[in-house]
Amino acid sequence: MSKTFTLDDKRIPFEDGQTILQAALAASVYIPHLCYHPDLEPHGSCKLCTVKVGGRQTAACTLRAAEGMAVESDTGEINAQRLALVQMLFVEGNHFCPSCEQSGDCRLQATAYQLGMLSPHFDHFFPNRPVDASHPDFLLDFNRCILCSLCVRASREVDGKNVFALAGRGLKTHLIVNAPSGKLGDTDFGGADKAAHVCPVGVILPKRRGFAVPIGERTFDKSSIADYVASRHGKRGGEK
Amino acid sequence: MEIQKNHSAYLDPILERHAHRATDLLQILRAAQEHFGWLHPEAIDHLTRRLGVPRAKIEGMASFYAFLHLQPAGRYRVLFSDNITDRMLGSAALRERMCRNLWIEPGKVSEDGLVSVDTTSCTGMCDQGPALLVNGMAVTRLDAQRVDAICDLIRNQAPLAAWPTEYFRVVDNIRRSDLLLNPGFIPGAALTAARQRGGQGLLHEIKASGLRGRGGAGFATAAKWEACRDAAGEAHYVVCNADEGEPGTFKDRVLLARHADEVFEGMTLCAYVIGARKGLLYLRGEYRYLLDHLDRMLARRRENHLLGASILGQPGFDFDIEIHVGAGAYICGEESALIESLEGKRGTPRNRPPYPVTHGYLDQPTAVNNVETFVATCHIALAGGAWYAGIGAAQSSGTKLLSVSGDCARPGIYEYPFGISVRQVLDDCGAADTQAVQVGGPSGTTLATHEFDRLIAFEDVPTAGAFMVFDIRRDMFEVARNFVHFFAHESCGFCTPCRVGTSLLRNLMDKLHNGQGSPHDFHEIEKLDRILLSASHCGLGHTACNPVLDTIAKFRPAYELRLQQRRFVPAFDLDRSLQTARQMTGRDDGATHLHDEGSVR
Repeated sequence: MSKTFTLDDKRIPFEDGQTILQAALAASVYIPHLCYHPDLEPHGSCKLCTVKVGGRQTAACTLRAAEGMAVESDTGEINAQRLALVQMLFVEGNHFCPSCEQSGDCRLQATAYQLGMLSPHFDHFFPNRPVDASHPDFLLDFNRCILCSLCVRASREVDGKNVFALAGRGLKTHLIVNAPSGKLGDTDFGGADKAAHVCPVGVILPKRRGFAVPIGERTFDKSSIADYVASRHGKRGGEK
Repeated sequence: MEIQKNHSAYLDPILERHAHRATDLLQILRAAQEHFGWLHPEAIDHLTRRLGVPRAKIEGMASFYAFLHLQPAGRYRVLFSDNITDRMLGSAALRERMCRNLWIEPGKVSEDGLVSVDTTSCTGMCDQGPALLVNGMAVTRLDAQRVDAICDLIRNQAPLAAWPTEYFRVVDNIRRSDLLLNPGFIPGAALTAARQRGGQGLLHEIKASGLRGRGGAGFATAAKWEACRDAAGEAHYVVCNADEGEPGTFKDRVLLARHADEVFEGMTLCAYVIGARKGLLYLRGEYRYLLDHLDRMLARRRENHLLGASILGQPGFDFDIEIHVGAGAYICGEESALIESLEGKRGTPRNRPPYPVTHGYLDQPTAVNNVETFVATCHIALAGGAWYAGIGAAQSSGTKLLSVSGDCARPGIYEYPFGISVRQVLDDCGAADTQAVQVGGPSGTTLATHEFDRLIAFEDVPTAGAFMVFDIRRDMFEVARNFVHFFAHESCGFCTPCRVGTSLLRNLMDKLHNGQGSPHDFHEIEKLDRILLSASHCGLGHTACNPVLDTIAKFRPAYELRLQQRRFVPAFDLDRSLQTARQMTGRDDGATHLHDEGSVR
């Protein structure tokens, strides 16, 4: 008999060491998240997966599950807060979905739909973030970066390359590339890297593959991110 | 400065001093910059090669700290302390005066690379402001005359060593002493007493004393030491948090200047209890001027066998202390961010649990305490826990140092037994016509007149020590706006709610300041406050809304004064957005202004 905790009205089994989010996903229950990836160390920065445990809010991706825990997640109050967090990410960067190659495959966009976002609500910051097209096979469009650091972690933990890092502080935090020139073309980054495949938005894009799948037939055009994530985790025990 | 091609010439001795430890990266960068003025790309190349740390990691780390520069920042880097108390003493006008005098724009390096003038968060000189830092050294008691003289010194390129020493004089302003500030402590006395009791005996006394951490949170010191002692690890560490960054706080500065022996001895007591061989004191970058003094004190303690191998001649009692200097990041006062910084990383608070007592510095059990807490442990070791528990309030034993500044006749350090009323402090410091006191700094509590009988104690108004006084002339909205700007500037940027939310809050407060606020903005502020409070990663985000919530609740007229009685007013002002065009064309006549309903006259 495995240990369980309750997530809203569901009983979720877990193994020792699993976080709330890991256990929920393994049980095909979706908790919104952007900076979490099953193959990488949890980060706890986007705060989309914030849940309420014992009246206190905490990130589900970093808190270990415990026997008998009562976790609230899919409530009006928490989802309203998640919506505001997604809106913050939209106004922080420059997200022009209609012209973005990642539209329909973008987790930020899909999460916004999931949470019922109809407008960015807050005033835009419109940061100046030049594009890096120096690499022969990949384009970096920093305008869409949400600072989840998945590429940083993938490059460090899986690829052993440290191609990316976060720099700056506060609202000026930004992604940088590990080269004296600061350009991706001057690194050993390649298409086989894990880091090339973890960006939840449209920062790291392969060149010469524009709109291979038409808008309307893309991942999140066909299913909501909740259904997509839950089904993939439940069936395969891992995402992507 | 001439281009020095050979960066290894000054970097290699620095690397040698730090035994090529990548965990000392922040200290290495600080030392490199003190030599060269900024961090040259070729210097980073060299460090990358020698330390085996990726350059993006070095750049990512350096760009986190306000006092490290990856571009030339001027041979003289002037930073005006921008705390509200400095502002109340006229710092903004003095900064403008300096910029005008030197013909430079604030925040930009002069074209000849000579000087830059900018602002920085509170430098801890609130009782002797307005203050500034020049190349990291504190200058106090600024006035127009001193500012003009500094401009001349800069223009004449006088080295800092040739500037009048009076400019750099920092006074202690001790106005009321009690057990911590009274002189007479004999170095080694507390250690001798502790050795007679043994580690467990000392821990027992500290437990009996009821001592709680002086950094503000008030965690029981004995419980922390005990948990750390009992945690398994390859090594245990003692860390003293001297990153006194809360605006309006400067009591640790005075303790370090006058009672460093007690600080170091308290750390040694902790080492004795938890079994640590190494201690680290994290000194905020703004107190860089204290480093030589502290190093001398450490050397003297080593000579007297109060540090080093076999302390007091006891075989196996080995402990030494290293000082790490911060580089302008308030967040490093948060204990897990401080540990990250000690390890040479960006000062991002860790996910907790695990807590530092089990997984701290280098992932080993670490006891992190405030400067004042360590000083208090010396007196408990000497006179016993029961004696100490008899002082102060029921749940707050002992005394508390208050850093008093703002509108009062006698700003400075006041030591009181816990349980003193706010009114008593106001009377003692010579405050008149007071409308508000900010206790505990921007992240603390704003008290209005009807609350002046409340008590300074963990059970009523807890504080790490800041006590800023505002009289009836002050605009409490502007006080709150200053604090909100502070939090936006100091947010580490790790989590979404704080990174974006503090800047959104700042913009909303600026919108009100510009006379464009509407009742709608009020709701927005409250909404942001809720998100910051509940979703942020650490205390900075949780408390960033405190000054706004408090001032809205207690000084609402200061806000309403700024609200237009319309449902919605856009933040975008057409007329103001033409300002750049007016500046570029050198025109300011009627035809260059908009006078429709979209502009605010």
